[in-house]
Order: sequence, then structure tokens, then C-alpha cells
Amino acid sequence: MTSKRKFLATPYVFWSVLFIIVPLCMIFYYGLTDKTGAFTLENIAAIATAEHSKALWLSLLLSVISTIICFFLAYPLAMILANMKVNQHSFIILIFILPMWMNFLLRTLAWQTLLEKTGVINSVLSFFGLPGLNIINTPYAIILGMVYNFLPFMVLPLYNALSKIDENVINAAKDLGANKIQTFFRIILPLSVPGIISGITMVFVPALTTFVISTLLGGSKILLIGNVIEQEFTQASNWHLGSGLSIVLMLFIIINMIISTVFDKDGEGAML
Amino acid sequence: MALMTGCGSKGGENGQVIVYNWGEYIDPDTITMFEEETGIEVVYDEFETNEIMYPKVESGAAEYDVVCPSDYMISKMIENDLLAELNFENIPNAKANIGEQYWEQSKDFDPENKYSVPYCWGTVGILYNKTMVDEPITSWAQLWDEKYADNILMQDSVRDAFMVAEKLNGFSMNTVDESELQIAKESLIEQKPLVQAYVIDQVRDKMIGNEAAIGVIYSGEAIYTQRENPDLEYVIPEEGTNVWINSWVVLKNAPNKENAEKFIDFMCRPDIALKNFEYITYSTPNDAARELIEDEEIKNSEIAFPDLSQYSNLETFVYLGEEGDALYNELWKEVKSY
Repeated sequence: MTSKRKFLATPYVFWSVLFIIVPLCMIFYYGLTDKTGAFTLENIAAIATAEHSKALWLSLLLSVISTIICFFLAYPLAMILANMKVNQHSFIILIFILPMWMNFLLRTLAWQTLLEKTGVINSVLSFFGLPGLNIINTPYAIILGMVYNFLPFMVLPLYNALSKIDENVINAAKDLGANKIQTFFRIILPLSVPGIISGITMVFVPALTTFVISTLLGGSKILLIGNVIEQEFTQASNWHLGSGLSIVLMLFIIINMIISTVFDKDGEGAML
Repeated sequence: MALMTGCGSKGGENGQVIVYNWGEYIDPDTITMFEEETGIEVVYDEFETNEIMYPKVESGAAEYDVVCPSDYMISKMIENDLLAELNFENIPNAKANIGEQYWEQSKDFDPENKYSVPYCWGTVGILYNKTMVDEPITSWAQLWDEKYADNILMQDSVRDAFMVAEKLNGFSMNTVDESELQIAKESLIEQKPLVQAYVIDQVRDKMIGNEAAIGVIYSGEAIYTQRENPDLEYVIPEEGTNVWINSWVVLKNAPNKENAEKFIDFMCRPDIALKNFEYITYSTPNDAARELIEDEEIKNSEIAFPDLSQYSNLETFVYLGEEGDALYNELWKEVKSY
């Protein structure tokens, strides 16, 4: 029986080796060598240059802001969903997942059309004589794009964690005299921590590494670390520097994951 | 989308040819016609900039037969031994139909006309919306005018962006002099707050949609945008600009070299070149095709077929060497992160 089960995992093992392990090794190889193939740490140290560190800080700032906004939007929604009857909440979740069936690039391009100076939103605003909304090609548009694209990744783990909380625990707290606020902060919030952690990871990591959102909604004027890496590969064809900077970025992702494992000791993370 | 049949298939009865071209740079009907006439299946792939194309071709990660790079990129590919010499006996339409001046111009990057066949050419200039400016636009310097803050579209590719700043300061667009490049970089940084966005192909749609007043654009896009929005006007700035040629080349490791030459020959046939010109509106170097243009206005258009002898400060990009490229990329990154 066990050997049969292991056999079933072979495609997955094959897949992980081919598409996760091998590319990772290549990144480390390129990141730690120069054009002649000699070992160097220069590509990693390059993060200290003014342009690169500025791009990294800006990426960290924008992704932290987006994650916080996502959290405060998603938590109340997840609570409402978790308290709904079964047939109702599946409909609402469907509404949430539905946009994700559409291509991510198309949705971001749609925001560009919406936000442009002569775009849909500004046409409607000017029709009613209201002042225009001028956020396209600014960091605000990038934050909007991140929040819009990654919000479902915050809602779903939170909903998962919240719906797992035993009703009896909450009732017990009420019986013992806790009011609504106390129940929330002492029972519901701590019990939903695994969901919060995996939600934060799932929003923060893609937001930190994105380059498409900043190109499309930032008018290529705002350079995030993802853009720097992308341009090293596609424009400058300097794979060594691109890989070196990717290793630095990976470091931040690993820190994020260590924090998640520390908080999520029981391994009940509501990862999707 | 029948063209995208992937590399795994066996090809048509006479094999296949794998073409790597700029986005929206061919009339898809001509590909179908080629397939029907020759029985060769065309596998077609597209790129957005020379810089994106180059690493894919160089690493050999994807196999291609025919590619259509620009001038300076062709000299880089020749220098790095990526191109195959063409057998012009298999491409009779090239010498017969393409104007002498374009072969002459090609010598800047392909000194013996051995590797490349001109496909399209043009200039880079300013496209402006007559209803959004109150003066004639004649100079690159107007892209630095605060009046047009947030109404300027710049090219998001390193050589094109630096070309504008270099011409503004009176330098060659092929300079690798560090102090000149620093000045050009400072100009671009000074301009950045006024720029609405750095774009490539999107400049076309944004100008048609009245999203910006002035934009840096390839002459080939100008005719198309004017067709869609008659308020737009194209001008070659007085400081001079870039004259470019995109040419067909065959890769050294091309798996289907003969089919590749057949494809290039087909593209040089006057009726096919005309079809492509009408579809993509980029100037054709095919004199026989130009003769076939029925619309006199287009045939003698100053935008499509400018008389280059009246400008004294036009230049063509040349390959700057690995160090030159690295310097440009470094400075461009400083502009973008500013």
C-alpha cells in the first residue's frame, strides 16, 4: 500500500526537481559567478548601490502598505463570510474567485484604462463636474493594483481559519461574561492567527516581487526591485546580476516564511 | 492563430520555417499565402524590443530561422558570429526590388551586404496632437518644456531614450564618451517629472486616445495613428534623429536555412511587400512595391518616404560594444530609479 502511494508521488517529485530545484540551482550558479564563470559575491553586493537599494526599499514599502490594506479589507469580509449559512457563503466566495478566472494581465490593463486621464473613471467624474482622479503612473496606482490583484489571497485563508473556530469556544467565552470586544480580541483573533500569517505571506510575497503592476500602472516611471531584475534579464542581458539580486530578494521571502512557521507552530496554516 | 502551432509539429509537406519578428509587424495573410504557395509551415513568434530578442537568440534556448532585428543589433549579431551568410541566388527578389539607397545605408551595419535584407525603415520623431499644443512642434527641446508636464510620452527603451537626450545636447547618438553620456543622463533625469509614462508600443494607443499631447514615436506608427486620429501630426525634430532599418537575417544555427531564404524572397515580392506596407504602415524599402501604391498621397508621403538628403544630422545606430552597452544600461537604470 505504502509503495503504491509513493509511486503516485513520482510525477510531483519529478515536477519539483525540474521546475523548482533545477531553476534554483541555476539562479545560485549565475548569481555567484561573473561573466567568465569565476566565483564572485559582487552580484549580491550590488544591492547596496543607490539605484538597487532604492528600488528594494520602495518595493518593501509598497508591499507592506498593500498587505496592511488587504488585511483590513479582508478581515471583516472573512468574518461575515464565516458567519453565513453554507449556501450563502459559497455564492459570495464564488463572486470573489470569479475575477481570478480572468487573466491577471488583462485585469491590470483594465485598471490602466479605468484610471487614465481620459479613462472611464475620469470621464464619469468630469461628466458630473467633479475633480479628476489623477493617480495613474504614481505609487498610489501601484498600491491599488496590488490590493486589487492580491485581496482574494488574503480573504480565503482568513475565511478558512475563521470558519474552523468552534462555535462552542465563542459561546463559552460569552457564558463566562466576556463582551463582544473581549471575545474578539481574546478568542477569535488569536485563533485566526494561522490564517492571518498565511494571508500575509500570500499577499506580501507576490507584491514584493511584482514587476508587471509597476510597469503597467506606474508608467515605467517607478522602478521596483522586480523591475530591476526583469530588466537585467530582458534588456541588459546580464543574467549574473539579475540572479544575484534575485538571491537577495529570496532572502526577504525566506525571512517572511520563517516568521510564518514560528507563528504557525501547529502547522494548521490555512494555506490554500 | 493557426500560425501558433508550436515547434513540436512536423511542419507542412515541405518542412517548416521559424520566424521571429517584431510584434504586429506583418500582415498575417501574407503568411497564409506563403504556406499555401510553398507548402512550408510557418512557425511565428514575436518580440517587443531588440534587447528582449537578443538573449533568446544568443542562448539558443529557442530555435529560430529568420529574425528581423534593427541595424545596430545586426552588427552586434555579426560581431558575435550569430548570423549566416545569405545565398542571394535563392533570394532573387531582394536585389531586383529593393532600392539601391537602402543597400547603401545597410552598409553601416552589414558592410558587404552579406547578411541582411532590408524589410522596413523609418525615422524616429515627435507625434503631437494639434489641439493640445499652441505652437508648432519642431524640436526635441519642447519635450523639456514644463508647459507639457504630464503630457509627454517617452520611449521605454534605452537607446531610443538616450538618442533624444543626446541629440538635444548636440552629441552623436552613438557616443560612448562618459562625460557626454552623463550630461545626457542629467537631461533625462531633469525631464522625468514632466514625463507621463515611458512606453513602447502603447504610445500609439495613448496618442490616438488623446491621453498625451506629445510623444516620441517611430515614423511607421505615425501614418496609422493619423488615420485613427486626424489631429495628430508627425515631425522630424530640427536637431536630427535616428534613421533605422529593420532587416531579415538568417541565424547561423538555423535548422531550415533554405526555407528561411524562400521566406525572405517571398517577403521581397512587390505584391507581398505592398500588402505588408498597407497593413503595418511602416515604410518599405521595396521600390517596386512603392510603385504599386495606388494612393498618391501615401506614395509621396513625407512621413513614409522622407527625402533624407534635406536633413544633415541624421544618424543610424551602431553597436557600441559590450562595455558601451553596459554603460548605457547603467545610466538608464539611474534615470529610471531617480
